[in-house]
Amino acid sequence: MTKALTNKKRPFRWHILVFLAPAALIYTVVMILPLAETLRLSFFHVDTTTREVTFIGLDNYKELFFNVNWVGPFFRALWNNFYFFIIHMLVQNPIGVMIAALLSMFHLPGKKFYRTAIFMPTLLSFVIVGFVWKLMLSPLWGVSKGLLTSVGLGSWFMPFLGREETALTTLAFISVWQFIGIPMMLIYAALLSIPEEVIEAAECDGVTGFAQFFKIKLILILPTIGIISILTFVGNFNAFDLVYTTQGALSGPNFSTDLLGTMLYRTFYGQQTQPGDPNMGAAIATMMFLIILVGVAIYLFFIQRKLTRYEM
Amino acid sequence: MAVSRARRNRLAELGAHAVLLTFTVIALFPVILIIINSFKSKRAIFRDPMALPNAETFDLIGYTTVLTQGNFPLYFWNSLSVTVASLFFVLLFGAMAAFALSEYKFPFNRLTGLYLALGIMIPIRLGTIGILKLMVATGLVNTPWALILVYTASGLPLSIFILSEFMSQVSSDLKAAGRIDGLSEYDIFFRLVLPLVRPALATVGVFTMIPIWNDLWFPLILAPSEETKTLTLGAQVFVGQFTNNWNAILAAMALAIIPVMILYAIFSRQLIRGLTAGAVK
Repeated sequence: MTKALTNKKRPFRWHILVFLAPAALIYTVVMILPLAETLRLSFFHVDTTTREVTFIGLDNYKELFFNVNWVGPFFRALWNNFYFFIIHMLVQNPIGVMIAALLSMFHLPGKKFYRTAIFMPTLLSFVIVGFVWKLMLSPLWGVSKGLLTSVGLGSWFMPFLGREETALTTLAFISVWQFIGIPMMLIYAALLSIPEEVIEAAECDGVTGFAQFFKIKLILILPTIGIISILTFVGNFNAFDLVYTTQGALSGPNFSTDLLGTMLYRTFYGQQTQPGDPNMGAAIATMMFLIILVGVAIYLFFIQRKLTRYEM
Repeated sequence: MAVSRARRNRLAELGAHAVLLTFTVIALFPVILIIINSFKSKRAIFRDPMALPNAETFDLIGYTTVLTQGNFPLYFWNSLSVTVASLFFVLLFGAMAAFALSEYKFPFNRLTGLYLALGIMIPIRLGTIGILKLMVATGLVNTPWALILVYTASGLPLSIFILSEFMSQVSSDLKAAGRIDGLSEYDIFFRLVLPLVRPALATVGVFTMIPIWNDLWFPLILAPSEETKTLTLGAQVFVGQFTNNWNAILAAMALAIIPVMILYAIFSRQLIRGLTAGAVK
């Protein structure tokens, strides 16, 4: 990119190159080239015994989509990822909007404390969050059973992380618990930035309280909700840490919590008897890349365009 | 009429308090539970998890296990040095590139900006296989530099994007006056522009710092050796080894949580202001 500058006739402005070079160099060498390299590797196969490298074109992808050993796990992980994302969209973001709305609607004493406390889990690492909840939900410790019993729901208790039907949902809720602060903060900031005149005009027309929120403010903050959605999408399709920490690389029980991220890790490093296959891993990483790209493109070309019409 | 309206508002406020308090309790409860139980004996942990430690149940056995068995001071230092170094490079190189893009007209300016912004939406993790090959080839595996380089590269796109927005708002009269006074382009950047965008640097710093401190993926893959383990990876491995020693697990987690809580208590105002300022943009 920066090399093109050298062709200029006027005295060469070295300072531009000096300002740009460190960032462009590190970014290109450590991020862009490895991404390209990952894409390239996905077209090759390395023999496990002879270490011989052969170009096999799209065979890794064919394997991924048509070999029974791969297609099931891949689509299971893909579906789990979608499920994970949907829970975040249905639970995390609406609650985040609600909390932000409550924070901005009233002049509550203690508002700052609420905001600070609810945002706190976002700062903790997945490792901490995963283990904290694993301990709390553990039947051995009985904290969650005790809590459920105290509100009369004792019979609802089960080892939520240990059962195939509930493990993934539980993990999604843990992740929601951790990240609820992000939509809350961004929406809160967006609500604060709505011009006073708009609110005053609404009040003159007798639109106040909840009606004001739904009819006016919510429409005005739609672009922010759009940004939060796409951040959630990219974050969720990149998730790995929480599942790895609580359920291990095998994404137990019986792979029911397997996400694309954990599948990529397992494929790359191997699992139990199966040796690692970096080239197959590269194919999975490339698929994740394409999925994220499609998601971002849908957002940019369809959703964002519609949203900006309402922008102030 | 006015009275009933005021009463209705009071009621709505009370309702808002109730809802917010509920979420606050949900957010804080797990963390507080871990911390109070980390100071209790094993029997007390199981007999009454909700109770505060008292003279009879107070026990530091978990902490002594962690401090004698684990290398936590070293892990903490590793996390700190990797985070601070990455943050420094992201802010410095990011600001420099942002300045070049927003200040000068040159061929391929827009294209360069677009190229550098690509990384905002692409998670760097997808290049892991290529990154590992690169680090093996350069002998950087199991050194902090592998992590610093990766975090710098992944932090730069957002940093450049946000900072160039802010830098284009810096008054051009000021820069012109500086040039007339004979300041070099480097002086203008370091002495005029950089101090003016400090609030933006804080915003970017917050966005960059949290994921670096909490990352498990790259320490696990690029620097898993004992000397280079970060706090996140160290805690993960430690808890994996001491699965049945509840005292040790709880103490390890409390030790990982407490520094973050202290830092948050001190800096929460700046952090939240940074976040909300970044969002308003």
